[in-house]
Amino acid sequence: LEPFVLRSWWGGVQMGPPDPILGVTEAFKRDTNPKKMNLGVGAYRDDKGKPFVLSCVRKAEALIAAKQLDKEYLPIGGLGDFTKACAQLALGANNEVLSSGRNITVQTISGTGSLRIGANFLSRFHGGSRDVYLPKPSWGNHTPIFRDAGMQLKAYRYYDPSTCGFDFRGALEDISKIPEQSVILLHACAHNPTGVDPKQEQWKEISDIVKKRNLLVFFDMAYQGFASGDIDRDAWAVRYFIEQGHNILLSQSFAKNMGLYGERVGGFTVVCKDIEESKRVESQLKILIRPIYSNPPMNGARIATTILNTPELRLLWLEEVHGMANRIIKMREQLVAGLKKSGSSHNWQHVIDQIGMFCFTGLKPEQVERLTKEFSVYMTKDGRISMAGISSGNVGYLAEGIHAVTK
Amino acid sequence: MDCTQLIFCLFDISLLILVQMGPPDPILGVTEAFKRDTNPKKMNLGVGAYRDDKGKPFVLSCVRKAEALIAAKQLDKEYLPIGGLGDFTKACAQLALGANNEVLSSGRNITVQTISGTGSLRIGANFLSRFHGGSRDVYLPKPSWGNHTPIFRDAGMQLKAYRYYDPSTCGFDFRGALEDISKIPEQSVILLHACAHNPTGVDPKQEQWKEISDIVKKRNLLVFFDMAYQGFASGDIDRDAWAVRYFIEQGHNILLSQSFAKNMGLYGERVGGFTVVCKDIEESKRVESQLKILIRPIYSNPPMNGARIATTILNTPELRLLWLEEVHGMANRIIKMREQLVAGLKKSGSSHNWQHVIDQIGMFCFTGLKPEQVERLTKEFSVYMTKDGRISMAGISSGNVGYLAEGIHAVTK
Repeated sequence: LEPFVLRSWWGGVQMGPPDPILGVTEAFKRDTNPKKMNLGVGAYRDDKGKPFVLSCVRKAEALIAAKQLDKEYLPIGGLGDFTKACAQLALGANNEVLSSGRNITVQTISGTGSLRIGANFLSRFHGGSRDVYLPKPSWGNHTPIFRDAGMQLKAYRYYDPSTCGFDFRGALEDISKIPEQSVILLHACAHNPTGVDPKQEQWKEISDIVKKRNLLVFFDMAYQGFASGDIDRDAWAVRYFIEQGHNILLSQSFAKNMGLYGERVGGFTVVCKDIEESKRVESQLKILIRPIYSNPPMNGARIATTILNTPELRLLWLEEVHGMANRIIKMREQLVAGLKKSGSSHNWQHVIDQIGMFCFTGLKPEQVERLTKEFSVYMTKDGRISMAGISSGNVGYLAEGIHAVTK
Repeated sequence: MDCTQLIFCLFDISLLILVQMGPPDPILGVTEAFKRDTNPKKMNLGVGAYRDDKGKPFVLSCVRKAEALIAAKQLDKEYLPIGGLGDFTKACAQLALGANNEVLSSGRNITVQTISGTGSLRIGANFLSRFHGGSRDVYLPKPSWGNHTPIFRDAGMQLKAYRYYDPSTCGFDFRGALEDISKIPEQSVILLHACAHNPTGVDPKQEQWKEISDIVKKRNLLVFFDMAYQGFASGDIDRDAWAVRYFIEQGHNILLSQSFAKNMGLYGERVGGFTVVCKDIEESKRVESQLKILIRPIYSNPPMNGARIATTILNTPELRLLWLEEVHGMANRIIKMREQLVAGLKKSGSSHNWQHVIDQIGMFCFTGLKPEQVERLTKEFSVYMTKDGRISMAGISSGNVGYLAEGIHAVTK
């Protein structure tokens, strides 16, 4: 028997693989090529490639600092003014759900925390099914979020590689076969990783078939404002589904649209049948949250609330979100122009048609590998690039690189 | 309305119909009841949040100074790594273990930033559930912080207990603890409160810790220390970490949860750390990789603001000194309130032995009040506390300690 001090509890713990998305940044940091580009993680960059802290955020921080507030624990469900403003942003201030009080909205640790609370809630209280249907493909972290919460993952067709667009027929076919009461996860806008969103007419048909199949809808809205540049337009699908009678689950993130990434600001909403049900659900959400982290972090929620509830800051924010979305749209156009200029004969229209932070280039894994090794352009293996990581200064270099590996 | 819509309406027999109204949190629920009370003499002795002598929340000067320094830098808000701010985790581990600890120089710890103490315990519980093949059982002291139970249970562990508090002395049941621990099956997890035991305020003496360490070694138990009050117990950072450091010296490769909620007053900023002391640096790398895989689908990466504040304080010499003074000050005020409460009880004419109020240490005092007495104290005097008779000393001020003494005397005479 080994001496006590040399005994190990964790001999059986294997080295785990690096996170596929965050691991890209780690590899990027190690690269010494001055032309290197990080198109991995979806964090917005300005046209100089620098992280961008919104002016409305700086102004909100100054207002908050001047108040010299205390640091007392928030309630388990978070800052009340925040959850109210958060729900209003998603649903629209005049939404019947809000006036009837039949939603419960809790503050969460950004989008991931919101999805996980939802997943845990489903696991504990949704007797109807263990199955969560994700679009194919979906954000990589969705799978472990639901799996670690005890749910089982299934998929419905979504992305059509032959068009680099939406496989509408395939999606409807698959959804029409989903067993009743299963959970279906829908990306509200700016689908991650493909950038491919259904058109409004297509959303209407999806709503109908989901109703027919009696599915529980879970919307993931991480990019409200980022898709079209318009907050209300990006929330259209969420609001339409609610109008159509779906009592949805909804995850929101302020990481991207307010640039609050590391402050971890998000919300989780359950739209209930009535206010009585929302009280029961709220009590159980609190019981679930308390043994995970007790109560959420205050700083980011205070910033978001100040912005949403101070008229001139809210206006400034809407402008800045619009500006970020526009820069991305411009980069899409410049990338396609650059590819044509490089002499590419491929059809790159999808780069312009796709929407939001990401672009599913259609590059194959071997092409991605060449792009990384030969050009120091870093992206995830599925060919997803973060448009936000492109600037007018390097879009030409990127176009050359993509052309070189695809000609 | 067509067929489809009609059917859908019928199925609008909500899927959530079986969600029952849950009970309010026993600790946080006390504050909710307190808020509703209109008695101007009301006292909230429920949740363990420090108050100054005017009964106001106290933001430490070192925190305000650190915030000003940080604001001036106009830092960005990029995601932290999954394991948190590197400078924070380093300073956090040093604070607990001592800067010269061999564990740190050999790099055989992995320390991740967590969402305060609760988040740290839950990450630890999840890690145990996934990787500790030796046992499903976690042994808590009897009693322990109420939230320990759902933390470990929701993570998939099973809860058991060892004797700890002796109601007949309002002190430590040392013999009972040793007897129970000596029977714990090998490789079980034993949770120990590093200092300022919550809820009782009863801590083992150093000689008692040594015997506990020996028996824990004999039984080959996996030690999980919960240190939520470093600095708050005695007023001295190093003294409060003595048990943690002793156990490590004795060869226990421990798990450790730390919180900066109380000792830096960072409550709502949610600042904490979780440490696994490994056999060597190679093992710590494996463990780190798995902690990241576990954390990523819970919240991706931790909140930045509080960690920046804590790091600035710990790593800026004059702020660190100021902090140590302020922690000492908070601990001293609590000690003074203990003395004044006992003096007040004597003055009220109480014939009971209240020595335990002075002997107990840290934020809380286990008064020994029975549930019916607690209920009377709340109903007749608007003094709010948890049903187990635990009071938060931090909620007492020189202005109301006399009123509290009268109330306690009234329900116990």
